[in-house]
Amino acid sequence: MQNLAISASDLSKKYDSGMAVAHANFEVPRGKVCGFVGPNGAGKTTTIRMLLGLISPTGGSAQILGESIDNPEKYLPRVGAMIEGPAFYPALSGAENLRVLATLGGFPQDRVQELLVKVGLGDRGKSKFKTYSLGMKQRLGIAAALLPNPELLILDEPTNGLDPEGIQEIRQLLRTLADNGTTVFVSSHLLSELELISDYLVMLRKGEVVFAGPIQELFLQQQPFILAQGTTTADLEKIVEIARADGHKGTIRDGVAHIEGPQEWAGVLNKKAFEAGITLTQLAPQLPNLEETFFEMTGEKK
Amino acid sequence: MIRIIKAEWRKLRRPTLLLGTLGAVVFFSGLVSSLLFLLLDSPQGNGDRGVVITREMLSLPTGATQAFSSVGGLLGIIALCVFAAQTAQEYTYGTLRNILVRQPGRVRVLAGKLVAMKLFAILMVVISAVVSIGISFALAGGKDVSTELWFNGDGQAAIGRTFINVLISVICFGVVGMVLGLLLRSPISAISIGVLWLLIIENIVGAVKSSTLNWLPGSQFSTIAAGGSESISYTHALSLSAAYVFVGSLIAVVLFTRRDVAN
Repeated sequence: MQNLAISASDLSKKYDSGMAVAHANFEVPRGKVCGFVGPNGAGKTTTIRMLLGLISPTGGSAQILGESIDNPEKYLPRVGAMIEGPAFYPALSGAENLRVLATLGGFPQDRVQELLVKVGLGDRGKSKFKTYSLGMKQRLGIAAALLPNPELLILDEPTNGLDPEGIQEIRQLLRTLADNGTTVFVSSHLLSELELISDYLVMLRKGEVVFAGPIQELFLQQQPFILAQGTTTADLEKIVEIARADGHKGTIRDGVAHIEGPQEWAGVLNKKAFEAGITLTQLAPQLPNLEETFFEMTGEKK
Repeated sequence: MIRIIKAEWRKLRRPTLLLGTLGAVVFFSGLVSSLLFLLLDSPQGNGDRGVVITREMLSLPTGATQAFSSVGGLLGIIALCVFAAQTAQEYTYGTLRNILVRQPGRVRVLAGKLVAMKLFAILMVVISAVVSIGISFALAGGKDVSTELWFNGDGQAAIGRTFINVLISVICFGVVGMVLGLLLRSPISAISIGVLWLLIIENIVGAVKSSTLNWLPGSQFSTIAAGGSESISYTHALSLSAAYVFVGSLIAVVLFTRRDVAN
């Protein structure tokens, strides 16, 4: 338990309309970046709100930094969070908004400017929040979450509205925080970004946890595949036939044959394609990436 | 608790809110006080709803605060709007979740917000008192109203008493605003319903059946500011207002502590 930042056991939330989160069980070790993924309406934000004591679970329990979520005052001073987008007072400046939160949490006021600089808003702190672009609002939200110098940082879609450079900066920031011992629990729709920074992953589907564990473990559970391309469409069909004849599943997608099979079988395919008079223009063994795995596991359409 | 009060005060002191509200306080206090003296000999009356307040009445030790106590109801409406907006905006902006992540003690948050807004109400009442008494004093000479008794022992006691009464009244109005803000979670709805009830519905109901005014909340709060009236005693208004505020606060605390923060 000491090494866990988050531990959920049968955590559930039921609304009149149905189960938003159903018996969620997962653990997040300290000092890691944990991606939290799932389609819209899967229960990610509800889970995050329960972890932060904003809504009461209807079943199960959870612990944050070793404390029960029934006593949020015991762990929230060590937690930073941005839930469902940045929410601030439009008529106050960015800096003043942070000062309100710093005052509430009893954090030093000089952290405000330090954090504004850290998230790239050093020169816009005095501007009113309502004049900020979506990306700037997002940066301010991240600065607010960092106010307590948190042991656990919970971020819901932190890269929404950021440009590619901003996304890269946030990715680096989160990685640095994790390397310095902060646990980062981050939900995002940018699966490729999550894949780059996450050590752990929790995947939700219709309120249920479909995977929770190290991200590499997830990929190992997935079937590797080989991408192959010939010079004509007829070649692709022949490639798929060769695969099927050898007991491998094969489909044609976007002008490329996708063959389920291990890396080693690529050599066999190459040889058999040559024997069948096919010139392969592409032959690439691949492991599924997070996006493909996500679609596979959640049943979402690409 | 102190941290919550300080944080709330940071929001309350923003120039648009502070200057706007205090501007309204100065305007209404000045208007009511000026009309009281400028319409002194008018056959239509110079007080609330055509009531005639004579030169002799204004020369009493309570003369300095006559206008100030009349403005109490308007100050109450301003307080209702401020309290309702400050409470409901946390829902509309979604900032309540930030507050509760930083301060999970919900009763403490509510109490801290209320204390900060009460401080704001004190500021409003102080400014209103200064403006109202100042204008009354300035206009009294020109209208042959004696101010001899205004600042003697009795006069000072009357000023102190009226200040407390107006403040209690304003805070009662404010608490109603806060409860409406929590119930409706929208500043526009909370302010509209509050103002509609206090300014229009209570007056219509009172006009149809005057005895209802003995029980309606807005009427009680205004009566406290006036220090009692012919039809409603000060004690009755005070105890009934306390009951309204207690029940309202209870509803607010139960809702605020038990309701999920889902927006």
